[in-house]
Amino acid sequence: MPSASSTPTEGTVPAEGTVPVKGTAGGTRRRRRGAPRTWLAALPLIAFTGLCFGLPLGALLYGAVTRTDPGTGATALTGEHLSRSLQGPYLGSLVGSVQLSALTALIASVLGVLIAQAVVTSRSQALRNAVLTASGVLANFGGVPLAFAFIATVGISGVVTQLADLGSLGWNLYSFTGLAVVYLYFLIPLMVLVILPALDGLRPQWREAAQNAGAGGWQYWRHVGIPVLAPSLLGGFVLLFGSAFAAHATAAALVGGSVPLVTLKIADALSGNVLVGQENVALALGLDMILIAGLVMAVYLPLQRRSARWLR
Amino acid sequence: MLGAAVLTTVTACGAAPEGAAGAAGDGAKAATAASAEDFGGMDALVKAAKEEGALHVIALPPDWANYGELIKTFETKYGIKIESENPDAASADEIAAVKSRKGQKRAPDVLDLGIAFARSGAEEGLFAPYKVEAWDKIPAAQKDEAGRWYNDYGGYVSIGCDAKRIPNCPKTFADLLKPEYKGKVALNGNPTKSGSAFGGVYAAALANKGSFADIQPGIDFFGTLKKSGNFIPVESTPATVEKGETPISIDWDYLNAGYADQFKDKGVDWQVAVPTDGVYAQFYSQAINKEAPHPAAARLWMEYLYSAEGQNLWLKGYARPVLLPAMTADGTADKTFVAKLPAVTGTPAFPASAELDKAKATLAEKWDKAVS
Repeated sequence: MPSASSTPTEGTVPAEGTVPVKGTAGGTRRRRRGAPRTWLAALPLIAFTGLCFGLPLGALLYGAVTRTDPGTGATALTGEHLSRSLQGPYLGSLVGSVQLSALTALIASVLGVLIAQAVVTSRSQALRNAVLTASGVLANFGGVPLAFAFIATVGISGVVTQLADLGSLGWNLYSFTGLAVVYLYFLIPLMVLVILPALDGLRPQWREAAQNAGAGGWQYWRHVGIPVLAPSLLGGFVLLFGSAFAAHATAAALVGGSVPLVTLKIADALSGNVLVGQENVALALGLDMILIAGLVMAVYLPLQRRSARWLR
Repeated sequence: MLGAAVLTTVTACGAAPEGAAGAAGDGAKAATAASAEDFGGMDALVKAAKEEGALHVIALPPDWANYGELIKTFETKYGIKIESENPDAASADEIAAVKSRKGQKRAPDVLDLGIAFARSGAEEGLFAPYKVEAWDKIPAAQKDEAGRWYNDYGGYVSIGCDAKRIPNCPKTFADLLKPEYKGKVALNGNPTKSGSAFGGVYAAALANKGSFADIQPGIDFFGTLKKSGNFIPVESTPATVEKGETPISIDWDYLNAGYADQFKDKGVDWQVAVPTDGVYAQFYSQAINKEAPHPAAARLWMEYLYSAEGQNLWLKGYARPVLLPAMTADGTADKTFVAKLPAVTGTPAFPASAELDKAKATLAEKWDKAVS
């Protein structure tokens, strides 16, 4: 999944060719010699990526398409795990995860942008600091502590549930809706963190220019603001989707098996006391998750490249 | 054989110090010893284990079946340091640790496994066969003939209930369907992952005209419970029990009885009943890692667990040790702890391996649909 740093706020480094070089004849030679050196500088990153992402990915792929016989130790190729991971309850869990992630990411994107825009428009440094600090803390508040905080507050015998009598209003924390609310709790602050720098990047001159040309508020956003923000918005959405898609501990503590999620299914198959010999199906599910994440990225990257130039 | 080879080489060279040769020989012997006699008696086993000085264990939560005290007593009795890793790990994690750390010093020496994992691990040749001194007293149905695993302790599926919050505590599975328990009934986890939750569904099947071969009625029972709003999917833990979020919790009787002790001072009156309509007991199993880094200490740990002392310590944690019937007969069982066990009528029956596999497959397939 992309990190928050993908937000294109800073101008990129000028392309190599624009660096003035003394002497035209030597220029080309130097450039050619310079190329491998740039590549060398990226070597640690490439090595890190290869080691920390490549190796596990390779192991995952290998495990997902092979089966080792426990008795003889012989390994054979098989498509059985992948096909099982796309059937019955496993398929249900993939669909459930995508639904939950897409819905929560969408809601959190909209609310996060509105909050961030309110902070930017207010021009209050104190409010800005408070919101950023709170977002930084809340965006990292997850797992079992978050689940228990919700259980103690709005669970069936939670403080707020009792005081406000939420139960009779139909509130149930241990459901799809309940889980979505818990996810929003850390997704909205994440969106605020991601989108605030992008909103800062909208130059006041653009707005003034639009107003001078006779544009109203809506027209400015429709034709200038949103198109310029689009890559950041989309990037934020992809990040939130990834966060929600990969979340596990909170959901495990809250809803157990009653909201089907792919991360819970992987945990059941990989580390449990009940199902034996399901490890390879878990790996196949992991592969499915990577494919889905890849699909989402495939939509995001070209769009981002197309419109990123506005924010240089 | 390896020991003999090492000894011959050493004798042939003649220059190697005697101590090193002796240690190497003992190490190899310990790794293949199938009983205390192979060491030359208990005293020799204790001596060899003390020389190793450490025991690496995994997945032994101190608040589960009194494991905390078992570990402490073993350490002080033999002066062997127990390195406890990942206490909350599951059986699958234990098997994974054995496989991924072959030949490493950090590999777990002994394992406490769910029965299905004990069977599959033995088939894969991961465990060293070893027969403890009390071997003959373990019922035949509860051990592997070759001694690669044997049951250690178990308990019954029980219904724990917070009597301060629930005026009439449920005693049977049929009771749980009553409207007064709306939003109050929980399991200890997800039954496709947690052994105790799986036991809860199995017991519910038995209570609803199912059988060991047919777990479907149990799944349907929880489906009904979910539809009526009685079932809450939150995993019951000590925290949720204390907070009152899971006022009725289906769990092993030794865990529920342990909660009763733990929360007495905190104003929770936790009552435990083994449901009469769905009696289901399950045991966990012990096994020794074939490539245990501390082979002698691992075998001493087993002897300790299956001694009257070790078995009584499990009993103190409300778990029913596998030797309890034998110990009741010969009078070594601690009567005060036996008296504190939740009452059960009848003798437990256990599903056959194939029945258990079938039940699990059905559960994995149908559980999600039933409760979502």
